[in-house]
Amino acid sequence: MSESAEQVIRSQGLTRRFGSLVAVDHVDLEVPKASVYGFLGPNGSGKTTTIRMLCGLLEPSEGKAQVLGLEVPKEAEGLRRRVGYMTQRFSLFEDLSVFENLDFLGEIHSLKASHRRSRIDTLLERYRLADRRKQRAGTLSGGQKQRLALAAAVLHEPELLFLDEPTSAVDPENRRDFWESIFQLADEGTTVLCSTHYMEEAERCHLLAILDHGKLVANGTPQQLMDDVDATVVEIQTEDPRRVREQLAGMTGLLSLAQLGNRLRLLLHREVENPVWQVEEELDIDAGATVQVVRPNLEDVFVVVTRDEVS
Amino acid sequence: MKLLESVGRIVAISRKEIRQLRRDRLTFGMVVAIPIVQLVLFGYAINEDVRHLRAAAVDYANTQNSRLLLADAHASQVIDLVRKASSAEELEEWLRRGEIRVGIVIPADYERRLEDRKRHGRSARPLAQILVDASDPATYGSVAGLLNLPPPERPGIQPPRWRYGSAISGVSNPPPTFEARPFYNPERRSAVHIVPGLVGVILTMTMVLFTSVAIVRERERGSLELLITTPMKPVELMVGKILPYVLIGLIQVGLVLGVGALIFRVPLRATPQDTIVAALVFITASLTLGLLISTIAKTQFQAFQLTFFSFLPQMLLSGFMFPFDAMPRPAQWIAELMPLTHFLRVIRGILLRGARVVEMRHEIWPLAVFALVMLTLAAGRFRKRLD
Repeated sequence: MSESAEQVIRSQGLTRRFGSLVAVDHVDLEVPKASVYGFLGPNGSGKTTTIRMLCGLLEPSEGKAQVLGLEVPKEAEGLRRRVGYMTQRFSLFEDLSVFENLDFLGEIHSLKASHRRSRIDTLLERYRLADRRKQRAGTLSGGQKQRLALAAAVLHEPELLFLDEPTSAVDPENRRDFWESIFQLADEGTTVLCSTHYMEEAERCHLLAILDHGKLVANGTPQQLMDDVDATVVEIQTEDPRRVREQLAGMTGLLSLAQLGNRLRLLLHREVENPVWQVEEELDIDAGATVQVVRPNLEDVFVVVTRDEVS
Repeated sequence: MKLLESVGRIVAISRKEIRQLRRDRLTFGMVVAIPIVQLVLFGYAINEDVRHLRAAAVDYANTQNSRLLLADAHASQVIDLVRKASSAEELEEWLRRGEIRVGIVIPADYERRLEDRKRHGRSARPLAQILVDASDPATYGSVAGLLNLPPPERPGIQPPRWRYGSAISGVSNPPPTFEARPFYNPERRSAVHIVPGLVGVILTMTMVLFTSVAIVRERERGSLELLITTPMKPVELMVGKILPYVLIGLIQVGLVLGVGALIFRVPLRATPQDTIVAALVFITASLTLGLLISTIAKTQFQAFQLTFFSFLPQMLLSGFMFPFDAMPRPAQWIAELMPLTHFLRVIRGILLRGARVVEMRHEIWPLAVFALVMLTLAAGRFRKRLD
């Protein structure tokens, strides 16, 4: 199998404008088969718009995209049976029961009655909804709704699954469960493209693209991104973070400074030599602070790449 | 196979729609409440004075005097003589088909009756007959003013008025010139006229509203975004959504006519088949209008607004609230573009005058054209995209 054949999604220069606003700005993507591909970005960074274009729901203003070997949006109709889409908002019918929702969608996908029933049973079991079968979707909890939406999106066994901020209305425990399910799907061969604004979720993905103001500002494996981060990360442990903050404010080479309880996290230019020494220079001796260089995490990556964008 | 899948999806959408409808108490209540409330409210409506009723005449006498009578009747502006019939039967047929509202029959012995009238005065026979489509009591009320129209006579042959006057001295109260024959609603009860019209008004209100809201609701709740990523085609969604409402529309027709017959003793002269055919054509026309609105409105509230925007002129101009013939020309032209105008004519024709649907086809095809135009516009506007 050639490398290009394994790419489920390819896009070149994908752009979408809404009036004068450029929601998505020349995005090039390559999403390999059976991977969990993350879209990380703040609200309004163009994640949803990109997903909608890849589904054929929106026409690109510029550029092109191939999904499962089909041109979108021209051949988007051919994608319908092969793609699953879980929208950001819960978009199932609240006045229908769990079973009725799935049964309806099964009929829309033309699944044969017997296959439909058994498939629904399997999914209800798998996503722990079997005891909610007759409950109206509108009365489910956040986590249950989300699992139902996932069941609906994979009902017709799509090759490619789009998840648009699937966990935004869900508690941490359900979120962990949910990611287990995602990896189970990927293991079975489904390619998953998932947008999120949670760092710890993004870190779980096989591959990650960071979007900011519609531009793709970085992509690669989370590890790669963290290794390649164009900054040195320094952590300061102190009893008086406020005072330390003030003292560091004018330091040359400082990219960002964030407080985490009694710790301060500094991002410094790579060019800054001997960062620990440099930082200690800035601080009063009596500050009682311990300074050390630490491994960058994804949030650091995010801060650095989106900072470049602004300047 | 493709078609089968398509039908399967349409059925799935319809079934889903019915399920949701059953659970939506408010909408479900409206299905029943709107017809009954309206019926009671409009059941006792006020009548208006009407002019320029379309009329035709058959003149068996064909004398100068008989022609003068027709000219005078025309000059009264109550009726507009637009056609000449060759027989009284033809006149009645036109009346039934709704092509005319009034017919005048002048008997062959008109001149003799004119003489009799001078001689015998009050006890003489009326000079001519006037046939009135009384299904609208307002029409009959106006025509009643014509009954005592003094018969004109050619001055040359005639003795001067003052002498003529003395010739019938003692006759202070001449007999009516016309004998009126009210058709279809001899008792001239307004309910008879209003109830069939209400069928149209209620269908217009509910059908347009339900369809426009049904689709906009999917968009508002986000389920449209989900549906358009499925293999479902726009036309399947539209047809599937419409079908349950067609059924509801028919139930409403039955409800209005049933209650109308029960409470207001409205005669139902049409066959059930004819009623259903007429209602189906009109329901389809209204639903397609609702579809078009649904492609324009972004929120349910906008759908409501647009529905009422389309509803009000139909209510006012269609001939439901004010008699069509009494309206100024431009208003009539506009009214001809509205489905309700045509449906009112059809439903009154078949229900009150016992006309067959085929006889009313000249009012059916405008409805069909309307539906086709709306559907084309709607399908053109509804694309399987979000932009």
